[in-house]
Amino acid sequence: MIESIRGRSLLSLDDLTKSAIVEVLDTAESFVEVNRRSIKKVPALKGRVVASLFFEESTRTRLSFETAAKRLSADVLSLAVASSSVKKGESLRDTIGTIDALGIDAVVLRHRSSGAALQVSRYVPHVKVINGGDGQHQHPTQGLLDAFTIRQVLSERHGTTGLESGSALFEGLKVLIVGDIRHSRVARSDVSVYTALGAEVRLCAPGTLLPDDVASWPVTVVHDFDEALAWADVIGLLRLQSERGSGDFVASLDEFTFTHGLSVERARRLKPEALIMHPGPMNRGVEIDSRVADSCQSVVEQQVSNGVPIRMAVLYLSVAGAEGQGL
Amino acid sequence: MSAIVIRQGLVVGNGGSEVNDVLIVDDRIAEVGPSIEAPSGAHEVDAHDCWVGPGLVDLHTHLREPGREAAETIESGARAGALGGYCALVAMPNTEPALDCVALVSYVLERGARTPLDVAVAGAITVGRGGEALAPMVEMAALGVRLFTDDGIGVQDPLVMRRALTYAKPLGVRLAQHCEDERLASGGTMNEGALSGQLGLIGRPAIAEELMVMRDIELVRVTGAPLHFLHLSTGRSLEMVRAARAEGLPVTFEVAPHHFTLNESACDTYDPVFKVHPPLRSAGDVEALRGALRDGHVDAVATDHAPHAPELKDLAFDEAPAGMLGLEHAASLTYEALGPSPDPLTFFAVLSRGPARIAQLRQRDSRVRHSAHGGSMTAGDDANITVFDPASRWTVDRHALASRSMNTPYDGRSMSGRVRATIAKGHLIVDQGALT
Repeated sequence: MIESIRGRSLLSLDDLTKSAIVEVLDTAESFVEVNRRSIKKVPALKGRVVASLFFEESTRTRLSFETAAKRLSADVLSLAVASSSVKKGESLRDTIGTIDALGIDAVVLRHRSSGAALQVSRYVPHVKVINGGDGQHQHPTQGLLDAFTIRQVLSERHGTTGLESGSALFEGLKVLIVGDIRHSRVARSDVSVYTALGAEVRLCAPGTLLPDDVASWPVTVVHDFDEALAWADVIGLLRLQSERGSGDFVASLDEFTFTHGLSVERARRLKPEALIMHPGPMNRGVEIDSRVADSCQSVVEQQVSNGVPIRMAVLYLSVAGAEGQGL
Repeated sequence: MSAIVIRQGLVVGNGGSEVNDVLIVDDRIAEVGPSIEAPSGAHEVDAHDCWVGPGLVDLHTHLREPGREAAETIESGARAGALGGYCALVAMPNTEPALDCVALVSYVLERGARTPLDVAVAGAITVGRGGEALAPMVEMAALGVRLFTDDGIGVQDPLVMRRALTYAKPLGVRLAQHCEDERLASGGTMNEGALSGQLGLIGRPAIAEELMVMRDIELVRVTGAPLHFLHLSTGRSLEMVRAARAEGLPVTFEVAPHHFTLNESACDTYDPVFKVHPPLRSAGDVEALRGALRDGHVDAVATDHAPHAPELKDLAFDEAPAGMLGLEHAASLTYEALGPSPDPLTFFAVLSRGPARIAQLRQRDSRVRHSAHGGSMTAGDDANITVFDPASRWTVDRHALASRSMNTPYDGRSMSGRVRATIAKGHLIVDQGALT
């Protein structure tokens, strides 16, 4: 288990200890403040080079990472896949080798293949690799920002700060994750981070959209969505990953919406204080009703804005490492 | 006249083993005895503490020629085979284009004849290995082809497979099946299980293999045609084929060294060198395969030697091609798998005599100028002999292999037992563990 991501790559959340996670969340708190300033920039990574390498479509994650790097004063190299030689059949190893030859300190990698981030960390062991989502494996910064958002909202309700609450608010917290869990890297990262922090996690999905290995996950699988609604303190919805063929795993989108969509009627069964989360992009009208997505229980927008401080924290801890004490 | 004398090795015959000298004159064994007076000029091979048995035969070699000569050629594959103790290789037909007609089969046979080994060909069952139209098996059989397979993929359509078996039966040839239902294995890259879920890799489930094994056993039952099962990887597959054999059905099977040496946990590095079809299975399956091997229930160990150019193994796990090298490690890994008191009879049964019987290589074939393999190590046999040193230890170095490719999953691993000498068609082609 990894006790701290200082000076290390961030490939997955399933091997981080509670204290490693809390360290990232606490570091992100200080960057929230930076993002509120009129001049949203600190010199923490001045002179460092962060490459952003997205082999798969992404808008918010990529923007969020690049914004985070720039606010830390890092230079950002951005490789657009369409204009690169990747399309000409260059291997992953050669692409990363080329970027490395330009002199970089870290690379943020998004790839359609599970394990790509780990492979890249082997190819360039001296470069810090931040996994920006690999296939259906992990999406660590999403998991961290989800946990951060929960802590932010709950600590405010408790009249305390995130820093003071540490991981206490997660003890016994009931989190329900619903939707296409099988194909979701977010679900894997969320389950890792929530359970590490002490939360209790239940999953609800059509049988075909549960992972084959769900028995070995530290979760409970429930089949009655309506019953589970009343139980949850937090509900996280996941979209159907049609680009990974999820469409073939259910009879139709309509039926999926009927069985597992969060409709207005279903949302009424939630505790009034329950949080509704979604990593985006949302398919309004499929897994979540538009009115529910925009309701006061929804924290979807906060999730997006927390992406920047969390990614600043991850980049800072990983790249500045031990030297970065004086923030 | 050329002569070689192998001194004081444990000569492993059909029924037992005895320390003896073996004299080879020209291309045959001239004499086996306790102390042979060699003719002057005879090359001496010291085989003290070594096993001396019939040259190894690989039922399952991807030689990549024609089409992917950057990964391997018939010539480089033969050198790798020689170092691994092999005297005969069966070239798989999944080349580009596929070996599905007389012209292509002849090309490979001709190239093979320029190597010191016997290179036999497995022809494709269907045109282009497309799984639809039957390939001209009659014509290819007339050239000397005895084994047919679409390996790399199984014949998916049960109607086509049934017809192929019925068509092949009167030809005296044997079909061989790569058992994996491609629908059930769809998109899969490693064994399906807890680990594939954790790694976010799509699984190729055991049931994809087992269902086709089950189907094909029933097709053998209705057609009566012999069938060989390639690289079986699960305990359940082995059980089914052994039960079918006990019923008297004409079925045989092979296991591959990687399936009885490595398990799925190797995939947790996402290193595509561990990607293979069928995939590396659970630890329990590995144990089942090793148990069957030790108990003498396995017909053949076959390498599924599958070279790939290095750039193809530098891709993401799900994008990289499946397959790993095997020729230069198979003897050592088989020896290791045979346990603390390995039986040399079993060793040569699975690596030489069994495969020679399945590929029908036990008789000379003048059409293809092939010698006889898998013999009893007695005078008169064709001189295809492997000298294996069980006490030798060595370390695999992927850069030091004879293959044109480096995709060995055993780089840096230490191995027990090594081929000391290979004599193919009367020629000493490997001596002291090196090519002559």
